[in-house]
Amino acid sequence: MTPETLMVLTLAVPLAGAAVISLLDRSPNVREAATLLTAVVLFALNIALAADVLAGARPEFILADFIPGAPILLGAEPLGVIFGLVASGLWIVTSVYAIGYMRGKHEAKQTRFYTFFAIALTSTMGVAYSGNLISLFIFYEALSLSTYPLVTHHNNDEARKGGRTYLGVLLTTSIGFFLFGVLWVWHEAGTVAFTPGGVFSGQTDPVLIAALLALFVFGIGKAGVMPFHRWLPAAMVAPTPVSALLHAVAVVKAGVFSILKVTVYIFGVDFLAATPSTGFFLWVAAATILIASIIALRQDNLKRRLAYSTVGQLSYIVLAAMLANSAGIVGGALHIASHAFGKITLFFCAGAIYVAANKTTVSQLRGIGRSMPWTMTAFTIGAISIIGLPPTGGFVSKWYILLGVLQAEQPVMAGVLIVSTLLSAAYLLPVVYTAFFQAPEETGPPTHGEAPRPILLALGASVTLTFLMFFFSQPIVRFASQIVGGI
Amino acid sequence: MIAQFPALQVVIPLLGAPLCIILRRGALPWLIALLVSWAALAMAATLLSQVADGEIISYALGGWLAPLGIEYRIDTLNAFMLLLVAGTSSAVLPFAYKSVAKEIPQDRHYLFYSGFLLMLTGLLGMAITGDAFNVFVFIEISSLSSYAMIAMGRDRRALSAAFTYLVMGTVGATFFLIGVGLIYAVTGTLNMADLAERLPPLYQSRTVLAAFAFISVGILLKLALFPLHLWLPNAYTYAPSVVTAFLAATATKVAIYLLLRFGYTVFGAEFVFNIVPASEVLLTLALAGVIIASFVAIFQSDVKRLLAYSSVAQIGYIILGISYANVTGLTASIVHIFNHAVTKGALFLVMGCVAYAAGACRLESFAGLGKRMPLTMAAFVIAGLSLIGVPLTAGFISKWYLVLGAMEKGWWPVAAVILATSLLAAVYVWRVVEIAYFRDAPADAPPLSDPPLALLVPTWVLTGACVYFGIETSLSLGFAEQAAIQLMGGG
Repeated sequence: MTPETLMVLTLAVPLAGAAVISLLDRSPNVREAATLLTAVVLFALNIALAADVLAGARPEFILADFIPGAPILLGAEPLGVIFGLVASGLWIVTSVYAIGYMRGKHEAKQTRFYTFFAIALTSTMGVAYSGNLISLFIFYEALSLSTYPLVTHHNNDEARKGGRTYLGVLLTTSIGFFLFGVLWVWHEAGTVAFTPGGVFSGQTDPVLIAALLALFVFGIGKAGVMPFHRWLPAAMVAPTPVSALLHAVAVVKAGVFSILKVTVYIFGVDFLAATPSTGFFLWVAAATILIASIIALRQDNLKRRLAYSTVGQLSYIVLAAMLANSAGIVGGALHIASHAFGKITLFFCAGAIYVAANKTTVSQLRGIGRSMPWTMTAFTIGAISIIGLPPTGGFVSKWYILLGVLQAEQPVMAGVLIVSTLLSAAYLLPVVYTAFFQAPEETGPPTHGEAPRPILLALGASVTLTFLMFFFSQPIVRFASQIVGGI
Repeated sequence: MIAQFPALQVVIPLLGAPLCIILRRGALPWLIALLVSWAALAMAATLLSQVADGEIISYALGGWLAPLGIEYRIDTLNAFMLLLVAGTSSAVLPFAYKSVAKEIPQDRHYLFYSGFLLMLTGLLGMAITGDAFNVFVFIEISSLSSYAMIAMGRDRRALSAAFTYLVMGTVGATFFLIGVGLIYAVTGTLNMADLAERLPPLYQSRTVLAAFAFISVGILLKLALFPLHLWLPNAYTYAPSVVTAFLAATATKVAIYLLLRFGYTVFGAEFVFNIVPASEVLLTLALAGVIIASFVAIFQSDVKRLLAYSSVAQIGYIILGISYANVTGLTASIVHIFNHAVTKGALFLVMGCVAYAAGACRLESFAGLGKRMPLTMAAFVIAGLSLIGVPLTAGFISKWYLVLGAMEKGWWPVAAVILATSLLAAVYVWRVVEIAYFRDAPADAPPLSDPPLALLVPTWVLTGACVYFGIETSLSLGFAEQAAIQLMGGG
């Protein structure tokens, strides 16, 4: 198949999958098989496409010529491929997990759930393979809307409130700022095409660039830069598979991915390096990292703690992008993958605990490591990766971000990274300690055992990926450095 | 035959109206109206394809040449409006069969369809004619029939709504007529092309200034620009569902067409924007309308009324684009005339579906409809997204050009207002969505389900169009751009 066909299929397959899934309400087993099959095929397509892109192919395909000069365009390049691979690969794992979770919790409306999940993945693929800024915006919005029914899955008052914050923040930032930025770029540069080296010439007014940067950094609300991060904790009302794949991987990574993409292909790394205003956004990102970590310390609800941790970790990538040098961009791209593997593991564990023991807060977890050893071991490994210690993927990406910080001669930012590493240890390790080293509250025989088999299987897969990312980091780094034309 | 299409475009609906009264039995009036409307659509499409390359058709009615006779003059903009009007009625009439059967007593059906065809005649005539006085005649045909149509609403408040509309509509039409009389007095012609030639030397004449004031205020009343919109919310709320859908999609839009025609063709852009401060006045009123009407819409407790206020806001957007006085803004306005017609048409048909099943469109009667009328509410969500201007819907295309036009002018705050008010639209659409999907129906509510296919299919045709015209824009955007360039070029 040509790379163009592969790329179009990455959208067509999950969309067709959604259509099929929606018709299978009567036979849950076939429905879940359809989800898994779609996910596997999608991953295979992404791998094939990755091979082509690695070999130098840069396929483009016009989906619709809806605004003259600014069509809905698909295009694949290394950064998009990394995101596409991570999202589609983890969809397989999450699907296995979701089967265990949704059946374990006897959730209602599972067909609707799986259908919108597939639609959300279609939008994610669209984000990964959008060939220009306006297409990126379109799929970004499609992702917000298609995940709304998943966030509000429980259909109760809490879900409605969470959904309102979720959509409210994401739509306000995207229509108010992001779209404004897209239009402004089109007005100023006359193009929205993703161009290596950026679309602006040296003469562009630095004030304008600063304003545009602000519109993108704050307008891409999915990146969770403060003060527009509130939607992420609000989204935690969703069932855990949604929190895991969408709110630790697809949606939030779509945000930071967009910021990286805009940095590299709209502003241009070299152009941005010469722009003084990036310094301000470094501070914004640094503040988000620190504040979010401190808030995470104070959360007792496990999923909320993880959500605030995600807010902080996302700003690592924003910070990396704003460094405007090649090590930073590579580090950011790697962090998309490594944080995804680590955080999805942690969410899987949170969900496993909820399914097996019906517990949601950290203080309830005393001694749970005894009845759920596998789950809590996976949690420990995930935590190590988020903290950024070897031998996990988190170490690799943090290493490159730190390289970028040093290259940009930003000693304060290096300090921020170190402090935040300590903070992440401070909010994650107590969970491990509570689970393994404190005695359980209730004495007597344990009331529950390990999580269902599919959940453990998924945990095993995501933990393996965390290790693989460390031990096979070089090929990934080489691939990522193609984004900036090699280090 | 095709050469006679400009006349037949108006004559066939006009003859269809009395035919409905003669053949008043059973479903015949409906069938006549449907066939007439589809024939009108076919003719409008043919005319549009004839002017697609920028040609202008001039047709002398009855063989009497202009300036003595009435000339029908069709350029891209006219033909586009004809297509819009005939297209909407063709999409709405299949819906009418069951909806009217439910909302209007059987013995008045023939009157309804006859009135509907007169309304269609009037709107098509306003769009096609090249004679200023003839415009007035068609305004009256369409207005008088629409007063009657609104008064047929089930709710008794429809009567007072129709009466208010009658008073304000008559004031508007009279103002228009006075203005036309004044320019006739100074130029001695009523033919628009002639007027365009004879007016420039008279630009400083007070008579011409007064004429412009009368004509534009008259038209602004008909198109319901804030603060002349007071007739609109009640009229839309209490009219029968089909009438609301048709009126919302076409009546105000044709009035906007008249504003463009008189502004650009008859008086000329030079006069309107340089001698008269039309740009500033329109900008101010449009912005006020967009902001205030959007806020008011948020606090409505009747969904039809909410959508009516949203219409006032959307009209504000269209006028906003006109006030830029550049090609991008004008393109945005014309494409939004079309896109908003499709979107609002779809939304008011959804209201028709809800009214058919639940009997009312009050906000609380939407509780639980997401579950009980899934197909209807799905249409509401999609058309609602188009109203907000979410990408991949028609509304996005309009917003894109509207903001771009403001940026070209350097009017950054205006661009910001457009985007901010889109969010207000999100708020009022989502209020309905939340109630439909998250609030359970009261326990004593009668069982409800989606209406029959006769209602669902037309609703979904328009809903589908909201998405179609958000992706495939060569028809809507292509013609809008061509029309804008023609107008700006002084055509």
